[in-house]
Amino acid sequence: MNNTVIAYYPGCSGKGSSAEYDLSTRTVLRHLGVDALEVENWSCCGSSPAHAVDHVLSAALSGRNLARVRSMGHDLVTTPCPSCLSNLKNAAHAVRDDDVRAKVNSLLDEECPTDVEAISTLQFFLEQVGLDTIQEAVVNPMPTLRVVCYYGCLTTRPPKLMCFDDPENPMSMDNILECCGIEVIPFPLKVDCCGAAFGMPRNDISSRLSGNILNMASELEADAVVVACPLCQMNLDLRQNQVNKACGTHHQMPIFYFTQLMGLSMGLSKKNLGLSKLAVNPEPCLARAGVR
Amino acid sequence: MHIGVFVCHCGSNISGTVDCPQTAKAAGEFPDVVYSTDEMYTCSEPGQESIIRAIKEHNLDGVVVASCSPRMHEATFRRTVERAGLNPYMFEMANIREHVSWVGRDKALNTRKAIDLIGMAVAKLRNGTPLFSERFNVTRKLMVIGGGVAGIQAALDAADSGIEVVLVERETTIGGKMAKLDKTFPTIDCSSCVLGPKMVEVAQHPKITLYAASEVDNVSGYVGNFTVQVRKRAVYVDWDACTGCGLCTEKCPSRKTPDPFNELIATTTAINIPFPQAIPKKATINPDYCLQLTKGKCGVCAKVCPVGCIDFEQQDKIEEVQVGAIVVATGYDLFDYSVYKQYGAGKLPDVITSLQYERLLNASGPTGGHVLRPSDGAEPKHVVFIQCVGSRDKSKGRAYCSSFCCMYTAKQAILTKSHLPDSQSYVFYMDIRSPGKGYDEFTRRTQELYGAQYIRGRVSSIHQHGSSLVVRGADTLAGMQVEIKADLVVLAVGIEPSRNSQKLAATLHISADTDGFFMEGHPKLKPVETNTAGVFLAGCCQGPRDIPTSVSMGSAAAAKAMVLFSNEQLESDPQVATVNATRCVGCYKCVKTCPFGAILESEDRWKNPKAEVLPTICKGCGICSVTCPHGAIQLNHFTDNQLLAEVNAICPLPTI
Ligand SMILES: Cc1cc2nc3c(=O)[nH]c(=O)nc-3n(C[C@H](O)[C@H](O)[C@H](O)COP(=O)(O)OP(=O)(O)OC[C@H]3O[C@@H](n4cnc5c(N)ncnc54)[C@H](O)[C@@H]3O)c2cc1C
Ligand code: SF4
Ligand code: SF4
Repeated sequence: MNNTVIAYYPGCSGKGSSAEYDLSTRTVLRHLGVDALEVENWSCCGSSPAHAVDHVLSAALSGRNLARVRSMGHDLVTTPCPSCLSNLKNAAHAVRDDDVRAKVNSLLDEECPTDVEAISTLQFFLEQVGLDTIQEAVVNPMPTLRVVCYYGCLTTRPPKLMCFDDPENPMSMDNILECCGIEVIPFPLKVDCCGAAFGMPRNDISSRLSGNILNMASELEADAVVVACPLCQMNLDLRQNQVNKACGTHHQMPIFYFTQLMGLSMGLSKKNLGLSKLAVNPEPCLARAGVR
Repeated sequence: MHIGVFVCHCGSNISGTVDCPQTAKAAGEFPDVVYSTDEMYTCSEPGQESIIRAIKEHNLDGVVVASCSPRMHEATFRRTVERAGLNPYMFEMANIREHVSWVGRDKALNTRKAIDLIGMAVAKLRNGTPLFSERFNVTRKLMVIGGGVAGIQAALDAADSGIEVVLVERETTIGGKMAKLDKTFPTIDCSSCVLGPKMVEVAQHPKITLYAASEVDNVSGYVGNFTVQVRKRAVYVDWDACTGCGLCTEKCPSRKTPDPFNELIATTTAINIPFPQAIPKKATINPDYCLQLTKGKCGVCAKVCPVGCIDFEQQDKIEEVQVGAIVVATGYDLFDYSVYKQYGAGKLPDVITSLQYERLLNASGPTGGHVLRPSDGAEPKHVVFIQCVGSRDKSKGRAYCSSFCCMYTAKQAILTKSHLPDSQSYVFYMDIRSPGKGYDEFTRRTQELYGAQYIRGRVSSIHQHGSSLVVRGADTLAGMQVEIKADLVVLAVGIEPSRNSQKLAATLHISADTDGFFMEGHPKLKPVETNTAGVFLAGCCQGPRDIPTSVSMGSAAAAKAMVLFSNEQLESDPQVATVNATRCVGCYKCVKTCPFGAILESEDRWKNPKAEVLPTICKGCGICSVTCPHGAIQLNHFTDNQLLAEVNAICPLPTI
């Protein structure tokens, strides 16, 4: 996989709350010989508010980024964030309609292209890097580390838009981490809701839902939960104390991005994987698993 | 020519939107038409009499009736003109009901179209010629394919009427799904007590020859004279000698062989007899699990068999059978529910199919009729049933209702209560469909007397939680989400046509509907016929149906075969292709194109290559005549001249 160059859209959380996801993704990609070229002069994907207000506006915000990708001479863009992905995919889909495209283009300086495809970095790892290449790069398998993979609602859904993995029982992360020599326990709640953006307006709901996930993970005797979404990660990690308080539990469950564990298994430095940024300290769990 | 035209009102069906008297008047202007009239009901007795009278009075030599679809009454009117002394093929029908009055509202336009269609029919008739059928002998022997309850019924009824029957069953025993069931709705009578005696009757009936472990490889011929190649699979046991004593099965060391009769919830031995009441009661070796056949060492069965009937060298055998008619009764298979990832994708041991549950309930099943769940052999306390798994779900490509799962789920909930009095059953349903006699009372009893809790809604997920299963779903009547901790989940899995049905349909030249079930001749009037003469349908191969209806269809199909066999001879349909030898250049394009293999590469007296049609095999599809570059091969009654005359009648050449 030497010297592949891909367009890469970090999204706003990649520059803030999930900087460690962005960092670890780039680190692992580079290690595997993939150059992640940040989309030049990228802007907000529209996030949750835009499409709640106006679909054309939402398509235009993401459409602009697709146009930026095109101007770099690429027809594929990857992003680690499922929410950005959903917006990019939605825009790419929406502008296939002539009417919508005309409206979107009237809001943009550059024409929104119809031939740029967006995929998640998870999908890129699985389908374009491949399990074999990943496995070859593993130098530090962690057979005593027991994890569950939690995909959340957006990674594979809506299925006809995402066109990736099984919407009810996704296995992509499970398979990648198994390749990395980690013990992956089948997780029944892998596509349940974590509470998503309800963390702010209705903390009680979000705490209950995130609590279910943490409870199930600890009942299955998992050492950690692995995610691929900044919002899931925040609800489970940053809010873990809130959840504990609301549910009367005492979880100390590290919540990793899958790229962080990939990197550890490949012997990459903790610093370059942003491990120190996690709210729940992963060190005790990593020590038990024999990771220095 | 003297042609008479009869325009039918069909009550108000046609005359409501077509001016019939005016149509009749206009028809009188067409060339060769010497008589035209309109009738209230042309197909009625007085209607037919008036045709006969007109033929005599006006010396008609051709008749056009403008009425309904030829599928409805062409045969009726052909007989009418024949009674008046005309050749039945000097008759044409113009469909002014399905093609005009039922599909258009504008009376003036409809009337014009009706007149045009009659004009076409007249033009075709003017170019027609009398055709004559040939008579041929009938082989009075019936083949039944599939030995489920439908096929058994068909075989017994036909055999009881004195007809020789050959029953071909793919598995090593007959009985089909019913043999696996415990009790049956709505009477909760024991399935094997009802079916067992019928199976024995099949074995003992002097008129029935049973080919088990056999399949139909090829069918050629035509109604009255089919030649069928039956493949008898190698079973590695000489069945003529095997007494079914079962000594071999006791001694066989390969005990981990999957047991399809028990729906794979149990294992059996490599040499086995599927169940004690199997018919034929003969041992069969599963070659994939036999140590002798896979590893070349063992042979224990051969050593213990008291009659020495084990034959490791046995090969498939093809036998040719001549029959006059075929009943297809190949039944169904369960839908593969593992596509429902949210139900565990087939990986959760305590999520089982309805048919597996029948085996757990059955006294001759692997648990001796004790309901013990697969994972740890414990008695379940909370049992959840989920209906419509793979039925009525467009997202899984299954839009249809499997028709009997509502009923058997109710039955299984009742049986659960009788086996485990302390248990509680929950049934997730979309609608309860129980329209049969005594059926709705039955599903009510399940709820009111046996306390099964019915929850209207779909299940969104099932997951393992410790030793129980968590079933989550919606209760759409209460408008809330529900979560049930269950010990066992039973999926009322929908059904699909038996595997390889498509291939069988092609072999028999019958068609299948979009869901793959075999197509009946007419949804109302020919439910057990197919569009291939002499091939009949019974049971679930035609669509989902319960045992009472499958049995009725079995009897009906047998009756249809008896009607066929009540004729010593049959008349061939003369509407077949014929070769004009002076035009044929012997390129044999038609030979290659005929889907029925009805055309031979032949030669004339002077050894010139010529095509020759076998009229008994030709189905009159007409593909050859459009293929022939010389117009040498023509379909009787649909010749190029006739069809072009019709075209010219509605698109007359412009007069310049
Ligand atoms: C769990 C469950 C419970 C049920 N309970 C009841 C009940 O209580 N009451 C009730 O009325 N109905 C019940 N039914 C429905 C019942 O099973 C069917 O109505 C009945 O079995 C249909 O009979 P059949 O002969 O058409 O098909 P099948 O029973 O499927 O028989 C078809 C036969 O054809 C054979 N075959 C298939 N393909 C070929 C081939 N190519 N060549 C040769 N042979 C072939 C098969 O091996 C089989 O022996 C239940 C169904 C299920 C799934
Ligand atoms: S019979 Fe009942 S359970 Fe079966 S498919 Fe029809 S509605 Fe669903
Ligand atoms: S296609 Fe026509 S010309 Fe050729 S062999 Fe057949 S009948 Fe003869």
